[in-house]
Amino acid sequence: MNAANYLYVSALLFTIGAVGVVVRRNAIVVFMCVELMLNAANLAFVTFARINGNIDGQIMAFFTMVVAACEVVVGLAIIVTIYRSRRSASVDDASLLKR
Amino acid sequence: MQINNGLVYLIALPLAGAIILLLAGRRADKWGHIFATLMSASSFAVGLLQFSQMLARPAEERAVEQKLFEWISVGSFQVDAGLLLDQLSICFVLLITGVGTLIHIYSISYMSHDKDRRRFFAYLNLFIAAMLLLVLGNSFLNLYVGWEGVGLASYLLIGFWNQKPAYATASKKAFIMNRVGDMGLSFAIMIAFATLGTVSFAGIKEAAPNASTASLTAIGIMLLVAATGKSAQFPLQAWLGDAMAGPTPVSALIHAATMVTAGVYLITRSNFIFDAAPTAQLLVVIVGAITLLFGAIIGTAKDDIKKALAASTMSQIGYMILGAGLGPVGYAFAIMHLITHGFFKAGMFLGAGSVMHGMDDEVNMRKYGNLRKFMPITFVTFGLGYLAILGVPPFAGFYSKDMIIETAFNAGGIKGILLGSAALLGAGITAFYMTRVMILTFTGSPRWDEKAHPHESPILMWLPMAILAIGSVTSGFLLSRGDTLVHWLEPLFAEHGEHEELLKPIVVTSLALLMVAIGVAIAFVKYSRSEVSDTAPEKVSLLTRIVRRDLLQDDFNEAVFMRTGQALTSTLVKTDEIVIDGAVRGIGSAALSSAGALRTSQTGFVRSYAALILIGAVALVAAIWVVTQ
Repeated sequence: MNAANYLYVSALLFTIGAVGVVVRRNAIVVFMCVELMLNAANLAFVTFARINGNIDGQIMAFFTMVVAACEVVVGLAIIVTIYRSRRSASVDDASLLKR
Repeated sequence: MQINNGLVYLIALPLAGAIILLLAGRRADKWGHIFATLMSASSFAVGLLQFSQMLARPAEERAVEQKLFEWISVGSFQVDAGLLLDQLSICFVLLITGVGTLIHIYSISYMSHDKDRRRFFAYLNLFIAAMLLLVLGNSFLNLYVGWEGVGLASYLLIGFWNQKPAYATASKKAFIMNRVGDMGLSFAIMIAFATLGTVSFAGIKEAAPNASTASLTAIGIMLLVAATGKSAQFPLQAWLGDAMAGPTPVSALIHAATMVTAGVYLITRSNFIFDAAPTAQLLVVIVGAITLLFGAIIGTAKDDIKKALAASTMSQIGYMILGAGLGPVGYAFAIMHLITHGFFKAGMFLGAGSVMHGMDDEVNMRKYGNLRKFMPITFVTFGLGYLAILGVPPFAGFYSKDMIIETAFNAGGIKGILLGSAALLGAGITAFYMTRVMILTFTGSPRWDEKAHPHESPILMWLPMAILAIGSVTSGFLLSRGDTLVHWLEPLFAEHGEHEELLKPIVVTSLALLMVAIGVAIAFVKYSRSEVSDTAPEKVSLLTRIVRRDLLQDDFNEAVFMRTGQALTSTLVKTDEIVIDGAVRGIGSAALSSAGALRTSQTGFVRSYAALILIGAVALVAAIWVVTQ
C-alpha cells in the first residue's frame, strides 16, 4: 500500500481537528480536537519513519504522547475548575482577560 | 622665584571673617562689625609685612609665589591654585586692605542703625578676600575666580537694601552687565589656552613673543571686553550709576577705589599681550578716551551727589585705561592715577556719605547748600579730595593725571593729538562738574527741608575721611618724587624707548591748569553768582535733557539689546511650544491612537486567537513552501 495515503489521512485528521478548535465552543470538544491534531501529527511522524526507514519519527511520536498525556491532565483540571466556578464549559465565556 | 607661604593669610583672614559672620548669624550681631574690621586690618598688617620684606630684597627678587594646591590636571592642561605677589600686586594689596580697613571703620558708625550690619560686614570681608584673590592669582584662571567673587560681592552689596525693588533691580543690572564682560574674560582664557597652551601669567609672557599677532589681538580684545564690564567703561558703562543704590561705604570701596579698577589691573597685568597686539592696544586707548569724556559729560547734569561722583569715577577710570593703553610708558602712570584716585575718590564718597548721614539720607544736591557751616570736617576733607581730582598742584591728582595727559600727547602723530586733547577737555569738564558739586553742597544759601538738622558726623566717620584726605594731598607727590612708582614697577614692563616730545611738560601742565581754571570759572558763574533753585529746571535744551538721561545709554541698551533679546526669547519660546513640544506631544498621541486601533484586535475569545494562530501557521508554511519551491 502507498505510504502517501497515510499522509493524506493525517492531513485530513489535522484539518478536522483545526476546524473543530476554531468553530466549536464546548471546551471538552475543543480539547478533543486538539488531541486529534496531535494524533494526526503522530500519524505523520510514524509514516515518515516508515518512508525513511529509520525510527526517528517513532521516537518523536512517543514524545508527543507523553506531552499529550501531561496536557490532558493539566487541561482537564482547568476545564473542570472553570466549569465549577462559572457553570459553563463554553470557551467564549472565559474571556475575562479582555479589557 | 622665591616661595613665601605667608601669602595665603592675606586672603584667608577676611575670608574667614566672612564665613564666620555669615554662619554665626544673629548671634554675631553684637561683635560682628568689630571682628570684620579686625580681620581686614590684620590682612592689611600682613600686607605691610610682605611689603617691608619685599623692600629689603633686590629689585629682581621682589616677586614671591605660593602654590596652594594642584587645582586642575587634565592631560596637558595643568593649573595650580597659586598666588603671586610682585611689585604690581603689592600696590593693590595695600590699597585694597588699607582703604578697605578705613571703610570698615567708617561703616561701623555709618551702618550703626541698620539691623543687618553684621551681614553688611560679612559681605565687605567677602569682597576684600575676593579682590585680594583677583590681584594675587598667578594665572588668568585664578584671577577669574577672584573676578567672579568681587562681582558677587558687588551684587550682594548693591542690593543690600533689596527690600526696595529699584535697588534690587540695580544690583541685577550691575550683575548682568558684568556677566557680559566676564564672558570676555572667559573667552580670553580659552583662546589663550587654545593658542598658547597655558593660562598662567609667566607661561603666557614666555609664549607671547612666538605667538601669532592674530591670536594675541583676539586675547587682547577679549580682555578689553572684560575690563570694560568690570570697570564700567564704554560700552558696558551703564551699570555704575545705578550701582549707587548700595550703601555709601560700598560705593566708596567697591565702586570707586578698588573693584572698578580691576579692569586697569587686568590690562596692566597683561601688558605683554597688549604690547604685542597694537590693534587691541589702540582699542584700549579709544575706549579710555571715549569713557573719560562720556563720564565727565554725564557728571555735569547729575543732581544726585553719589551719581555725580559715580560719573566722575567712570571718567577717572577712563584716564587710567587710556594710560594703560599707551603701552610701557603709560602703565606706571595708570597705576599711579589708580592709587591717587583710590584715595581722593574714596575720601569724597565717604564725604558724600557723611553729608547724607547728616541730611537724613537726602542725595539731591539741590536740597543742600551752605553745609560747610554745619560740617566743617566733611567740608575740608571733601575739599581736599576736590582739589586732588581737579589736578591742582601739589595735590595727588596733579601728578598722576598730568602724567597721563602728557603721555597721551606724546603718543605720536594725529593719535597723540586726539588723545591728548580728549584728556585735556576731560580735565576741564571734570573741573566744571566737581566745582558744581562743591558749590551746590557746601556753599550758597541753605535749601533743605525744615525737618533736616545737618550735623557733623562722629569721629569713627570723619577719621577715615581725614586719613584719606591726607592721602589725597600727599600720595601724588610721594609716588612721583624721583619717579618712585615708575622705578618700582619697571621690572614688570617692557622697556620703552624715549619718545619724541610733542609738547614740553611745562606746556601740557599749563594747558591742563588753564582748562581746569576755565571749568571752575564757568561753574562759579553758573552756580555761585545766581540763586540755585531746589528743583531741577524744566525748560532746558535738548542737549541737557539727553545728558540728564545719561547720554541715552539706557535707552540705547533697551532699544538695541533688551528689545531684540525679548523678541528673540519670545520667538524661542514659541518655537519651543510649537516645534519641540509639538513633536513630543505628536509622538505621544500617535502611540495612543495606534494602540487604540490595535487593541480592537484583542477580542479575548480563545477561538479567535486559535484561528489567528492557525492562519499564521498556514501562512508560514505557505511562505516556506513558496521559497523552497
